[in-house]
Amino acid sequence: MIVDRDRCIGAALCVLTAPRYFDQDDDGRVLARAADLPEPPEDVAALAIRLCPSGALR
Amino acid sequence: MAADEPLAYPIARTCPFAPPAEHAVLREQRPVAPVELPGGEPAWLVTRYDDVRRLATDPRVSADRGHPNLPLTEPVTPAGRAAIAAVGRSLIGLDGAEHAVRRRVLIPEFTLRRMRALRPRVQEITDQHITAMLAGPRPADLVTAVALPVTAMVICELLGVPYADREFFQERAAVQVRRGVDPAQRRQAGQELRDYLDDLVTTKETDRPDDLLGRLAGTVDHDTLAGLAMLLLIAGFESTASMIALGVADLLEHPDQLALLRAEPERTPAVVEELLRHLAIVDTMPRVVTADVAVAGTTIPAGAGLLLGFAAANHDPVAFGDAATLDTGRGARHHVAFGYGAHQCLGQNLARLELDVVLRTLMTRIPSLRLAEPITGLPFRTDASVYGVDRLPLTWGQP
Repeated sequence: MIVDRDRCIGAALCVLTAPRYFDQDDDGRVLARAADLPEPPEDVAALAIRLCPSGALR
Repeated sequence: MAADEPLAYPIARTCPFAPPAEHAVLREQRPVAPVELPGGEPAWLVTRYDDVRRLATDPRVSADRGHPNLPLTEPVTPAGRAAIAAVGRSLIGLDGAEHAVRRRVLIPEFTLRRMRALRPRVQEITDQHITAMLAGPRPADLVTAVALPVTAMVICELLGVPYADREFFQERAAVQVRRGVDPAQRRQAGQELRDYLDDLVTTKETDRPDDLLGRLAGTVDHDTLAGLAMLLLIAGFESTASMIALGVADLLEHPDQLALLRAEPERTPAVVEELLRHLAIVDTMPRVVTADVAVAGTTIPAGAGLLLGFAAANHDPVAFGDAATLDTGRGARHHVAFGYGAHQCLGQNLARLELDVVLRTLMTRIPSLRLAEPITGLPFRTDASVYGVDRLPLTWGQP
């Protein structure tokens, strides 16, 4: 999985959906909480990736 | 619908809780449909979920509000177009890196953490207004008793706009988002609002209070900040107020779904997502393609106007089985009620917060809440760019 903070628009759908794996810094941009996301990602992480509107999570 | 005739657009809604039925035919037969706008201009309407999401993130699709081919779903004068372009330059009409830089200034103000910190205050404001409604005469109009004042008060607090001025901007903002308003009247309302915000922003630049406009003062120039204030103010309460009133109506007309919320109020966030999907209050967003784009076997030519059919996408059966049914258990968060792509609604988590608090409080605090008039007779805004209801008479207690 790619976490591209430059593309992040701060919608926070990842944090809302999979708070175990994603957080938001004070700038509103995504932070991956767990260094080792399961591969393939479990359902909730996969949904968070699918919901990302900006392509910051791929 | 003839095979190659452009379709007159917009199409008015007929069901209070669903986008136009014609969307189903379009998704099936003409997923990329040529349309004719009220001013006679041509554009393309895209109605399938996957196509809408793909185009919303395609770099060849521009949000430029100043483009002469930007598809407007109501007739507009050259001065009206200039006003739309001016508001667009503050955020929503920018593309690519320019948009990203501007949005980045704003997103710290709308983080989930900040929205969650607002919750007690939103609850307090909601409780006050519901208490006042219960103390007043029955039936009460939910739009004027709760939906508009709560959302207006919240956005005032967030931006740092004096709440005492709410009637002034509420009236003018309403004129900005409704169809069928005399263009001269709209222009005047827009100018008055802009003048007011110009003065307010000047005060913020001097005093630097600890509110959104105060914090942004100095980080962007005066005109940009006044433009942003206008955008956030208008976007910040009309659409959320519409969702509150329509959401209540939708739930009251679906007692089985309402019973689920009342039995387990902690399910309210899921109820909110499904209401956002089901009601799909923003029909389309206007775009212009900057190069030929092939979609579902059709090529949209460079320079053409494009309408991203977000409401139609929210009722696409490929993405949402039995899409016409309100089913709060379906897991609807992949809806596109807030749009999709880099322009997805900046205030979406503020809207979620307000909807959660207001719906949860109303429905659990007033078990006998019900419509005071038949749903079919209510004044739904069938032809507005943001769908809504102008009045929602409710009653409670013994019949």
